[in-house]
Amino acid sequence: MRKLYIILKYLFISLWSIFVVAPFLWALSTSFKDFNSVTGGATYIPWVDFEPSLEGWKVLLRSPAQGGVNIVEPYFNSIAVTCSASFISIFLGTLAAYALSRFTFKAGFIKNSDITFFFISQRIMPPIVLSIPFFIMLGKLGLLDSMLGLIMVYVVLLMPIAVWIMVDFFNKVPREIDETALIDGCNPYQAFYKVVLPNSIPGLIVAGMFCMIFGWTDFFFAFILTFTEVQLLPVAIVALNSSITPWWSLSASALVSVAPLIVVAFIVERYLSKGNLSGALK
Amino acid sequence: MDLLAKELVYQPGSEFHLDSMSFGMKKGEIYTLLGRTLSGKTTLLKTIAGLIQPDSGRVLFEGKDLNSTPVWKRNIAMVYQQFINYPHLNVYDNVAFPLRQRAISGNELRLRVSDAIERVGLKDFESRRIQELSGGQQQRVALARSLAKQAEILLLDEPLVNLDYKLREQLREEFSKIFTSEYSSDSILIYSSTDPMEAMQLGGETIVLDEGRILQQGPASEIFENPATTRVAEITNDPAMNLLSGKIADSKVIINSKMSFDIPIHFRNLASGQYTFGIRASDIALDEKGYPFNVELAEISGSETFLHAKNEDVSLVGQLDLVKNFNVGENVNLHLDSQKLYAFGLDKNLASSPFKELARG
Repeated sequence: MRKLYIILKYLFISLWSIFVVAPFLWALSTSFKDFNSVTGGATYIPWVDFEPSLEGWKVLLRSPAQGGVNIVEPYFNSIAVTCSASFISIFLGTLAAYALSRFTFKAGFIKNSDITFFFISQRIMPPIVLSIPFFIMLGKLGLLDSMLGLIMVYVVLLMPIAVWIMVDFFNKVPREIDETALIDGCNPYQAFYKVVLPNSIPGLIVAGMFCMIFGWTDFFFAFILTFTEVQLLPVAIVALNSSITPWWSLSASALVSVAPLIVVAFIVERYLSKGNLSGALK
Repeated sequence: MDLLAKELVYQPGSEFHLDSMSFGMKKGEIYTLLGRTLSGKTTLLKTIAGLIQPDSGRVLFEGKDLNSTPVWKRNIAMVYQQFINYPHLNVYDNVAFPLRQRAISGNELRLRVSDAIERVGLKDFESRRIQELSGGQQQRVALARSLAKQAEILLLDEPLVNLDYKLREQLREEFSKIFTSEYSSDSILIYSSTDPMEAMQLGGETIVLDEGRILQQGPASEIFENPATTRVAEITNDPAMNLLSGKIADSKVIINSKMSFDIPIHFRNLASGQYTFGIRASDIALDEKGYPFNVELAEISGSETFLHAKNEDVSLVGQLDLVKNFNVGENVNLHLDSQKLYAFGLDKNLASSPFKELARG
């Protein structure tokens, strides 16, 4: 029985791995094809099924004048906007979440849980509802088509995620830890950054990952709020599309665009299991 | 008195957690706050620590009003019942944490941390992570941290309550040793507990709390021998003292139509009339010549059996020094040692005890 369970387990894991990895392999294979290899029927293995070509990748580095889409600048724009917006969202969101977790706020019928819901309710609205107000506001501020404008918009969009995740996480950190830190000589700010925050690293990482993913993959606001000065990666990738869909360069750009998220996931994965709260309060 | 509480009141909801509480404590003494759950022990400790601001009343230490001193500036250490430590630090850094907060470093830091760790028996565990320790060891780390701080007031909030029975027994002995023989005479130690045994073992002064009020204060043995009221008698005994309504008439103690005793010598000054009589569970024994009772429940605990039995309208719990399975409904004869009887007046105050004749009545 146990043997059967193990076999089924590994079978499931293998199938799941294929399900997850296959699209990447397909994209990798396609990125090295040219027009003829793509349209000439299903081929998978380079040098065997088709002659590999670097055309798909070269397009990403060529300037538009040379018939390419230079994604280097949009790439770094995306990194700058996503990292800045995520950092600000996590910084502000963590402070807000700690306050909501530890202090009681009351204004009429509004309590802590209502305030937390207010934050996350910002994400319930369809993005299209926010597009016109954002467009008008950024226009008035002279921040349309600018990195700063995009960062501000993304902070508004990402902070609710950070607050929502971190409130839940702080609620699981026993208050007695804060109290012990106060008794041991920390003022409330020291208690927060010397004791509570180091024990909340898994929560910070989860919130950070969500912010990065949402920020990095957003197309809608990057498309609406920018024109020529600032272009983010998703918009640049879409610009690749023409009358003939260039699957080879789209595949290459798709791989390039997911690479940072994969790298970040690998870096932070080991921290997710570290710094847990077992031992804080047995 | 070095630590004074004056008319402390704290009422966060409809019920009082502290109800006009006043007391005085001296340095070099051990004080045990003894009371049931929700009696106000933790609230009082947190008020002394500064974690709770009372609605009214003051806490004074050496004449200085502590109400205006924030928690982090008070020279106080506290050990919680939940084994609170800093999981991101190892044992050494946990113990060193309060000292580093006070900018103590170098040799003094090392000496104080090593000394505290050694005193709680964790010498070889300095570099271990908190998660790698057992519950008892984690609580020792918390204690070492509070000892290293050398605070003027050390608060221990039921530090043994979450440990298993054996470990509790072991640590209770070790704690008593640390506190009674090694703890600084410049400090006040306040230990809260629901367990009367702990109060007795620690010695010192016991303060009995109930519903945010102090019911009795005095040496542990005095409170155990002469509980001031029926409520104190219940709180300071585990299982609670059996309280039986009855009367004294014709030189007899009459509990009901089937149960009466010759009046014990320490009741000789009591006037005839209605009383509440108290007898400890440990002063009840199986005896063929005793009174007939009907078994309602029998609980075996270690080498003892707690027998819940009923005779007409009289229900009591006996603590028998044997392990025996009793069937529910079984008839047993129980002897109640009349020489160990307590008498409480109609006002619930102690009228006479086997240790003290109060000549009331």
